[in-house]
Amino acid sequence: MDADRTVSSGRFGLTQALGMGAFLAVMVGFAFIADSYHLFQLTMVVAYAVAVLGLTLLTGYTGQISLGQGAFFAIGSYSTAILMANYDWPYWATLPVAAAVSALVGFLIGFPALRLGGLYLALTTFALAVSVPQILKVNALSDFTGGVQGLTMDKAEAPFGLPLTGDQWIYLFSLGVGCLMFLLAWNLTRGRTGRAMMAVREQAVAAEAMGVGLAALKIRTFAVSAMITGIGGALSAIAVQFVAPDSFNFFLSITLFVGLVVGGVDSIPGALFGGAFIEFIPNIANDISKAAPGAIYGAILIGFMFALPRGVGGGVMAMLRRARRRPLPEVR
Amino acid sequence: MIALPAPLLSVRDVVMRFGGVVALGGVSFDVAPNQICGLIGPNGSGKTTLFNCISGIYRYAEGDIVFDGTSLTGVKRHRMAGRGIGRTFQNVALFRSLSVRQNILVGAHHLGRSGFIANALRLPIVRAEEAAAAARLDALLDLLDLARVADSPAGSLPFPTQKRVELARALIGAPKLLLLDEPAGGLNHAEVDELAALLDRIRGPFNLTILLVEHHMSLVMRVSEQVVALEFGRKIADGTPAEVRREPEVIRAYLGETAEEDLRHAASA
Ligand SMILES: Nc1ncnc2c1ncn2[C@@H]1O[C@H](COP(=O)(O)OP(=O)(O)O)[C@@H](O)[C@H]1O
Ligand SMILES: [Mg+2]
Repeated sequence: MDADRTVSSGRFGLTQALGMGAFLAVMVGFAFIADSYHLFQLTMVVAYAVAVLGLTLLTGYTGQISLGQGAFFAIGSYSTAILMANYDWPYWATLPVAAAVSALVGFLIGFPALRLGGLYLALTTFALAVSVPQILKVNALSDFTGGVQGLTMDKAEAPFGLPLTGDQWIYLFSLGVGCLMFLLAWNLTRGRTGRAMMAVREQAVAAEAMGVGLAALKIRTFAVSAMITGIGGALSAIAVQFVAPDSFNFFLSITLFVGLVVGGVDSIPGALFGGAFIEFIPNIANDISKAAPGAIYGAILIGFMFALPRGVGGGVMAMLRRARRRPLPEVR
Repeated sequence: MIALPAPLLSVRDVVMRFGGVVALGGVSFDVAPNQICGLIGPNGSGKTTLFNCISGIYRYAEGDIVFDGTSLTGVKRHRMAGRGIGRTFQNVALFRSLSVRQNILVGAHHLGRSGFIANALRLPIVRAEEAAAAARLDALLDLLDLARVADSPAGSLPFPTQKRVELARALIGAPKLLLLDEPAGGLNHAEVDELAALLDRIRGPFNLTILLVEHHMSLVMRVSEQVVALEFGRKIADGTPAEVRREPEVIRAYLGETAEEDLRHAASA
């Protein structure tokens, strides 16, 4: 028995606050040292991290397996792209709309999901992911969606005459939005709602006996998860300045799921590692072998799972616990 | 003549079937407020099924259960805690990977009202609720001797400790009626004694009415004011412990089971 494991209770001390401040300073610092290509990559890390964060709430915390999270990413991306390309909205104004549309779709998907558990839910959400590119290509919608060609948007620029390039600004903007999302998610999970989510994941019948309404909780979690992932999609659309149906195929959903597991399914900070994995590992695999990048990617993934079976988030937590190991709790 | 207090719990002709199996064949009894009512009966006699009917997990086909003056028929499971019904589970249904602290706090869920938005923004109402729950939690950790394991994952603890966590999780919700399904299961003699003392200690301060399913006859007889005996989904006795112990049907049911168990032991030896 692993009685020496302790579970973090979400308390936030001075050390954590300092660590967080240092981390943010480094992230902001990147804006001034990285070239525009790397800034683009970092922006995508943030976008994917936010997308994975949505999945963390749904699958990691509440135990509802979603293999279709890419659909919400697509909805967020297209909401932003349609408003920017067709209606000349400024990029920042599209975010609340992308959030609302994604949340609405998540809410609606939540209803059938109530009747499905485990693997059936996984397959149903997967079906959603598979159908998204086709829906985006439908001719009847192509006035909005740009059909197979997709949509191209203008590059965002720094506001108020700030002395920043567009790349710098978009990175910092995304970082700010990302921080806000992480803060909201962290708040959500460390109190009453977060405990209810985990209780549902662990023991739904007991959770209900404690007063947790399963239906309401799951549907709202779907909506929030979709909203956050949709905002990740919106950030990526702003950075890429282009959306097309085939960027949102089912592989994206699987990739987000990989990011979730690699980061640690129920770790909020782990989502950031997940985002970095999604953005960097395919490139690294490609650098190692142009001939078989897929095999290298697979090997790296397997290596990760062997080294950190509970994801980066779980691994870091275990290390911290070992560092300040407390004596075994005495139990009778 | 003294007026009897209105019962807190009134089980009326409850029938529960699983396919062809009649798990409860029309069971009726009342439990008065602030009483401990033992519910005994051989394995498979329908005790857990009755608990699940009271807590809304099963929907009974016929009859009615009235609690605190209102019918529980059709009330959703997750409303039961709010009505004042807390429970533990025969096989322990903890949130295994959550800490003891978190497990117990989930028991206070129905006392809060803050939702997704309030929590995400960590509004003052959330802080107030968390503080209130934390105060109750600390008292329970002390009362049930769980402070030392408060941050351990519940699933990693020995079974008797897990049972105490379940009890704390039920108590933090301030139930009027507490359903305990075999709380002494897996406990040794000393631990059963401690449990009896604990039940005695908490019933007053927590203002509890307890429905206690237990095989440990000595425990049931010691702590209960009333005992209801079931066999094959039917009530065979209802009265004070002394009355029920003398009931020929109860003696027969229990002797029957003991004889059967002796045989099984002999066969497996
Ligand atoms: N979910 C269920 N599905 C089918 N049969 C059940 C179910 N729950 C209980 N039963 C049956 O109902 C009867 C009573 O079981 P139970 O209430 O668990 O007995 P006890 O708790 O007194 O040991 C048994 O015959 C059991 O097999
Ligand atoms: Mg039972």
